[in-house]
Amino acid sequence: MKKKFLCLGLIAALCGAMTACGSSAGSSSVSSGSASGTVTKVSGDAFKLGASGPLSGDASVYGIAVKNAAELAIDEINKKGGIQFELNFQDDQADTEAAVNAYNTLADWGMQVSLLTVTSGSGQSVAPLYKQDNIFAITPSGSSTAVIYQDAENNKDPYGNIFQMCFTDPNQGKASADYLAEHTDLGTKVGIIYRNDDNYSTGIYNTFVAEAKEKNLKIVSTGTFTKGATDFSVQIKQAKDAGADIVFLPIYYQPASLVLQAAKNAGYTPTFFGCDGMDGILTQDNFDKSLAEGLYMLTPFSADATDEKTQSFVKAYKDKYGETPNQFAADAYDAVNALAQALENSDVTPKSSTDDITAALTKQFTSMTFQGITAPGDITWNENGEVSKEPRAIVIKDGAYVSAE
Amino acid sequence: MQFLSYLISGLGLGSVYAIMALGYSMVYGIAKMLNFAHGDIIMVGAYVAFFAISGAGMPPAVAILLSVLVCTVLGVVIERLAYKPLREASSLAVLITAIGVSHFLENGALILWGADSKFFPSNIFPQGGPTIGSLTISWLTIITIAVCCVIMILLMLFVGRTNTGRAMRACSEDKGAATLMGINVNAIISLTFAIGSGLAAIAAVLLGSTYPSISPTLGAMPGIKAFTAAVLGGIGSIPGAFLGGLLLGVIENLSKAYISQQLSDAIVFGVLVVILLIKPAGLLGRKVSEKV
Repeated sequence: MKKKFLCLGLIAALCGAMTACGSSAGSSSVSSGSASGTVTKVSGDAFKLGASGPLSGDASVYGIAVKNAAELAIDEINKKGGIQFELNFQDDQADTEAAVNAYNTLADWGMQVSLLTVTSGSGQSVAPLYKQDNIFAITPSGSSTAVIYQDAENNKDPYGNIFQMCFTDPNQGKASADYLAEHTDLGTKVGIIYRNDDNYSTGIYNTFVAEAKEKNLKIVSTGTFTKGATDFSVQIKQAKDAGADIVFLPIYYQPASLVLQAAKNAGYTPTFFGCDGMDGILTQDNFDKSLAEGLYMLTPFSADATDEKTQSFVKAYKDKYGETPNQFAADAYDAVNALAQALENSDVTPKSSTDDITAALTKQFTSMTFQGITAPGDITWNENGEVSKEPRAIVIKDGAYVSAE
Repeated sequence: MQFLSYLISGLGLGSVYAIMALGYSMVYGIAKMLNFAHGDIIMVGAYVAFFAISGAGMPPAVAILLSVLVCTVLGVVIERLAYKPLREASSLAVLITAIGVSHFLENGALILWGADSKFFPSNIFPQGGPTIGSLTISWLTIITIAVCCVIMILLMLFVGRTNTGRAMRACSEDKGAATLMGINVNAIISLTFAIGSGLAAIAAVLLGSTYPSISPTLGAMPGIKAFTAAVLGGIGSIPGAFLGGLLLGVIENLSKAYISQQLSDAIVFGVLVVILLIKPAGLLGRKVSEKV
């Protein structure tokens, strides 16, 4: 009932604004003044959406992408009328302490729902605070299980009010092994190179190995490296000598490009296979695209996908920010839209208490089906906050991402 | 055959460490300070070469010269602004300043060029390489090793045979006495920084060509390795830096190949600890007895 009233109010405001535009120049200043007053009142009735992420520092690429896409989604949602959002995005420099400070700033501001954080480490440090104050949060890109589970070692004790838009790292490992087991034409002997001082990489690696055992995938060599490594000639030579025809790279694109270069130097041409961290490899300045030719990856989002939703998102993002959105942007766009859908279907308003909003959203998220740009099909969540969606397999052909099927 | 190929790629890696270590070692030998910003000067050198080639379309030779020029000027400016005022200060103050300069350069690069990694142009050196039996050695590895040898020999001739070199050695022995002999110590230290930073630019081009993904933190890890190499060989000694760099690269590669990839760094630094226990001054370092 309240929502209908709000809609009527909005329509009235819009009509007012339109007449104002239609009227003569002399009176328009007065009319638009009153119209903008109404708009402010509407935005006063908006859900206060908080978020933090790295807007400066060396992970700022991710934070800026999330912020841009969240703003884009909110603009679109607010324009539609109905649910309104007001975004407060704090810079946490992907730093765990700065994230706690950002949380306190947001809490003082009166945050009602949240995008949690952009990075896993920050998310992990503020998740207990979100639990304590019972604020609903969905992280676009914090992929570690420690963001949603209090006991991440055993995937136990979920926070319950924190949800993920992206895959958890372990799920990516499992999905990759499943994909390779189903597509034996790519190769049957797997070599792995992963970064063993990184949660993301080891998380994927561990479940990949476990699932590979189940599916009888043969792992013939395992190479590791640590932060800042530049030389991959040994790892590549070992994979080559072991006769691996697939090399699985659950790592980010920057070291991956060095691995590809090392393989080229060694004259080694297996099928390389990566996860979502590989997204962005083609956009490196001056990247020699021939290196990545034939590279497979499982990723939730591809800017070249031909479906209408992706196309319109990519176009809107490009028009507004002048660059092609990456998967972090896509995850943020979906997260905000999923929030809007959940709020639309529940009966809470910005005037409801945060406890009511959190309860309503938790109920919605565990029961609704969402369709977005980060999966080809339906997206659902379980009560632990984990997302379930189908990854896209993408292969690089002639220097561009192409759907693998 | 396999062993040989690991060995050669280790020598290639070691040569890059060695060129960087020469910069550390020279500055330490003459100015008696650890220039922790050296790794970041390499980063600047790599970016300058990157923009000169892929941005401005300069021929590689011109780009390398430009990179050397920019790094040389940068090294001298850093010395003037950050280190010279601290000439009489405690060595700890200078060390902290060097770390500060390193952070300044890294974060400055982040602001200027962004955190996105860039891909270093691959057209500077010829691709591929000669094949002997089943062994392929890339031209880049050969060039790196050769450049490293040439630089070391030139530096040794310069320091050993020229007047300026003699002045450098005098400064390294005793600054006060050198001043009394009419040597302009400040000019000599500036020159040392200029040479060290120029070498950093050459190391940057070789590093960038071998490992083509460049980012503002690119100098950090190789910088630490090169510093280790300099200490291993005996810091302050030119052939020591060369030997230390090569050894470090070979040990790193062989332990990765035959012992453990997870432990390779631990092994590298473990070797350093053992050698310093046996020879505290490093492999080729001179033992200096201090008056108490």
